[in-house]
Amino acid sequence: MSWLVAFSPEELTAIRLSLRVAFWAMLGSLPVGIVIALMLSRGRFWGKALLNVLVYLPLVLPPVVTGYVLLLLFGRRGLIGEFLADQLGIVFAFRWTGAALACAVMGFPLLVRSIRLSIDAVDRRLEDAAGTLGANALWIFATITLPLIVPGILAGMILSFARALGEFGATITFVSNIPGETQTLPTAVYALIQTPGGDLAALRLTLVSIVISMVALFASEALIERATRRTLGF
Amino acid sequence: MLSVAVEHSLGDFRLDAAFESGGGVSALFGRSGAGKTSLVNAIAGLIRPERGRIVLDGEVLTDTTSGVFVPARCGKIGYVFQEGRLFPHLTVRQNLLYGRWFASRRGEAGEVAHVTELLGIGALLGRRPANLSGGEKQRVAIGRALLAQPRLLVMDEPLASLDEERKGEILPYIEGLRDEFAIPIVYVSHAIAEVTRLATMMVVMSEGRVAAAGPTAEIMSRIDLLPLTGRAEAGAILNTLIAGHDTAFGLTRLRAAAGELRVPSLDLPVGAALRVRIRARDVMIALEPPQGLSALNVLPGTVAEIGASDAASVEMRLDCAGEPLLARLTRRSVENLGLVPGRQVYAVIKSIAFDHQAFAGAVPALPGADAETRHA
Repeated sequence: MSWLVAFSPEELTAIRLSLRVAFWAMLGSLPVGIVIALMLSRGRFWGKALLNVLVYLPLVLPPVVTGYVLLLLFGRRGLIGEFLADQLGIVFAFRWTGAALACAVMGFPLLVRSIRLSIDAVDRRLEDAAGTLGANALWIFATITLPLIVPGILAGMILSFARALGEFGATITFVSNIPGETQTLPTAVYALIQTPGGDLAALRLTLVSIVISMVALFASEALIERATRRTLGF
Repeated sequence: MLSVAVEHSLGDFRLDAAFESGGGVSALFGRSGAGKTSLVNAIAGLIRPERGRIVLDGEVLTDTTSGVFVPARCGKIGYVFQEGRLFPHLTVRQNLLYGRWFASRRGEAGEVAHVTELLGIGALLGRRPANLSGGEKQRVAIGRALLAQPRLLVMDEPLASLDEERKGEILPYIEGLRDEFAIPIVYVSHAIAEVTRLATMMVVMSEGRVAAAGPTAEIMSRIDLLPLTGRAEAGAILNTLIAGHDTAFGLTRLRAAAGELRVPSLDLPVGAALRVRIRARDVMIALEPPQGLSALNVLPGTVAEIGASDAASVEMRLDCAGEPLLARLTRRSVENLGLVPGRQVYAVIKSIAFDHQAFAGAVPALPGADAETRHA
C-alpha cells in the first residue's frame, strides 16, 4: 500500500494549491456575495432582474465559456486585466490568483443563493423591533440580520469551497494547467490520465479529492447545525 | 402629552384618526380591522402616514406638512408587540439590554435590577427566548421596551396570544408600570376586561375612525356606543375601595360613591383601590327598596337614559349618586314598571355576579364561582 501514501512533490503541490485556491476563492467572494445577496433579497432598483441573471449565469454557461470570458476580461490584454496589471500590478492570467478568480466566479451563484435564501427567511418584524429600540440600519444589520443568517452564510461558504475544489473547465481555459502555479487537483488528475504510466498517481489524487470533499461536507454539516442551534437558541 | 392626527390608506382601508392623551394608560379599543395597529405603527414611526401630525411632549415626531419624520423614533417610543418579537439569537439578558446600547440617557445602575424585579424575570436572564413560556416572553418584551428609556410605551395587544391564566399573570405587571414608572402607555386591545382594568382613557375605533374618546368609565357607560364596545359584555365601571372583610360569610365590602357593595371574599387589604365592572345583564331594577330578597347589593339611583331598541332587551343608564350604572332589562319590564328618565329606582346586584371577569383578573379566580369565564 506504500504506493498510495508516497506522494510525489508535484502531487503534494497540486493538493496544497487546490486547497489554497479554494480557500481564497471562497473568502474573496464572501463579502461581495453578502452584498449582492442583500441587494437581490431586499433591494428595489432598476436592473435587478439583470443582476440576478448575471449572478446565476456561471451555473448554466459551459465552464469553458466562462473561462474564456474571464480570459477576455482579465487576461493581460483584457479590458479589466490590462488596467489592473498596469495601475495596480495585479495579474490574474496564468497565476494561481487567476485560478482562484475562476473558482470564485463558478462558486458565486451557489454562495449568493444560499445567503439570499437565508436573508429572505429573516423575520423582518425583528428588525422593526430593533428599530423601535433605537438601533439604526447598520446596527440592525450587524446585531440582528447578520447573526440570524450565519447558518446560510456558512452553507454558502461550504458550497463555494466545494465547487472550487472541483472546478476544472473555467480554470483550465483561463489559467491553463501549469504545474506549481495553476495545476489544481482536477487538472492534475486530468494531466496524469493523459500521461502513459500516470494511472497510479491519478488514482492517488482521486482518493485525496474524495477524502477532502467528504471531510469538508461533514464539517460543514456539523458547523451549520451548530450555528442553527445557536441562533434559534435550543 | 401625546397628540395624534393621522390619515393613511392601505389598499381599500382608510385610516383617518385623531386623539390626544395625557398620562396613564390610553386604550385604543375596537374590533380587529378597526385600524388600531396601523394607528400605533404610525405613532411608533413604523409607517409614514400620507398626512398627519404626531407630537409627543412638544416634540414633533411626524408632520407631513413640514416633512418631519423620525423613523422608528430612535428609541423614544417603546413598542411591545403582540408576538413579543424577542431576538432568538440573544439571551434574555442581551434582549433586555439591547435598547440600552442606543439610549441617549443612561439609566441608573439599579434600573435593570429594578425592571427585572418588577417583571419577575430575574431567574430567566441566562435563557434563550425559545425556552420561555408565552407569558415569560411578553414580560421580557415589556422589560426590553422599558429599558430603552422610552418616553411613551406602545403595547399592541400584548396579551392577545396568551390564555386567560397567563393574562392574569401579566396584568399586574402592566399595572405596576403604569403606577410605578409613570410612563404614558398607549394600549391596543379588543378585550374589554383588560381595558377596564388598565385604561385611564379610552379611544374607541371603528372602520379606521375614532368613534369616541374620553375617560374609560365615561365611555363604558355610554349606551350609544354599545354596538362598538360590545353589548354582551356591556357594563359600567365603579371605582371602589376595600372597606372591610366579613370573614364569617366569606364576603368583602367595597365602598363606592354609589353605595356599599358586598362581593365574594377578595384577597386585598382594606383601603386598596379596585375597579369593578358591573355588567348590565347582572343588574335588576326595583321601584321600591326590595324586601325579602336574597341579593345583597341594592344601590339607589335614578334612571338617566333609556336606549332605543326593537329587540327583546333594552339597556339603560342609571345615575347612582353621580356614578353611572348600566342595566339591561326586557322591554316588557321597562313598560310594566313605567320606567322613564328621572324615575327613582333601586339597582339590585347579586354578590355572586362579581366574578373573575368583573375584577378583570385583579384577584385570583374563585373556584367554581366562574368556571365558565375562567376557561373561556
